[in-house]
Amino acid sequence: MELSDASARILAALLEARTGQRLAVSRRWRIESALQPFIRDHGSVDRLVAAVASDRPAGLADAVVEALLNNETFFYRDRPAFDLLLGPALSRLERLRAGTKRLRIWCAGCSTGQEAYSIAMRFAEQKPRWQGWTVDIVATDVSRGVIERARQGRYTQFEVQRGLGVGQMLRWFDEKEGQAWQLADEVRRMVRFEVRSLLDLAPPPASFDIILCRNVLLYFCADRRRTVFARLAAAATPEAVLMLGAGETVIGQTDAFAVDPECRGLYLRAAAAAPVRLAAAS
Amino acid sequence: MRSCLVVDDSKVIRKVARHILETLQFAVDEAEDGREALSRCEAKMPDVVLLDWNMPVMGGMEFLRTLRAREFPSQPKVVFCTTENDAAHIRAAIDAGADEYVMKPFDRETLESKLQIVGVA
Repeated sequence: MELSDASARILAALLEARTGQRLAVSRRWRIESALQPFIRDHGSVDRLVAAVASDRPAGLADAVVEALLNNETFFYRDRPAFDLLLGPALSRLERLRAGTKRLRIWCAGCSTGQEAYSIAMRFAEQKPRWQGWTVDIVATDVSRGVIERARQGRYTQFEVQRGLGVGQMLRWFDEKEGQAWQLADEVRRMVRFEVRSLLDLAPPPASFDIILCRNVLLYFCADRRRTVFARLAAAATPEAVLMLGAGETVIGQTDAFAVDPECRGLYLRAAAAAPVRLAAAS
Repeated sequence: MRSCLVVDDSKVIRKVARHILETLQFAVDEAEDGREALSRCEAKMPDVVLLDWNMPVMGGMEFLRTLRAREFPSQPKVVFCTTENDAAHIRAAIDAGADEYVMKPFDRETLESKLQIVGVA
């Protein structure tokens, strides 16, 4: 039942070809644990790999790729960073967009939707503040399965409390059968979900004031990371704020973004960061 | 260093909670039931109490109501941590003075975020 180097390489190559994400052969435990149900169904790893290579039954390769993706996420993941984003960074954008009263937010690599909904909940809780504003929240992921789950807004008991305070949980979720919790339609309808790879062009309107791309870039090789940063920069307004995962940075990866001097841990377009730095220093 | 009193009659849960809390830099004390927990609070009030619902001698709700009714110099944050996982129990706990609620099973991320929400982590 053990996964050979050859099989691991085939599966890793399949994942990279379909999503751009890399899976080191040394992390074979991840492959084995993610594919356990498929291995059981096919009787052995080698048979599974052979079936995947011929994509029989049809759709098997897609299903295996989906299973290999790491969809770990939770509400307000890295809360101090979210406090910065939804505190001073959002206030700055509110001032900058006071004329148009329009904010566009892209959650790129959104997995099952918790971070996109974290933002939507905050806007829903601040209705008087955002009266008259148009706030577009678009969330994308390469996995069809997680996008379908995200659209449903239905979470297990374990998922619903990860990162979410009990007050917000009771306010925005209804308890359902089977220890499931259903997000209120009011919040669910605020987010538009799309199946889309980070290597593709940004979703419309392709002009975002806030971009979240969290804990995804670490799965790309350096070249693909550069491509993704270029895509994100092209989709960002000049004053846009970029939020990466806690272990990710733009430093040494791209010249398109720079550390936000007012909100360390967040990033601005490089051209926008310099004036902010000058203003902060004066 | 922040302090947490873990109140649970299950030795396993106390051990798991202690492990997570210590990685979050908490000084951890333990009690097996509500009455023992009150004695601990009288001796030294923790910053936060992680509280089970069903326990022998004195359960979590009785402990919480007694704690909130007493005029201690300071009151700890109280985070329920229980298998009573329906909305009615959660609302009852909040009404009785709990600050947060963790449904078992839980993991490090869940507990850490709850402690951040109540302002002790």
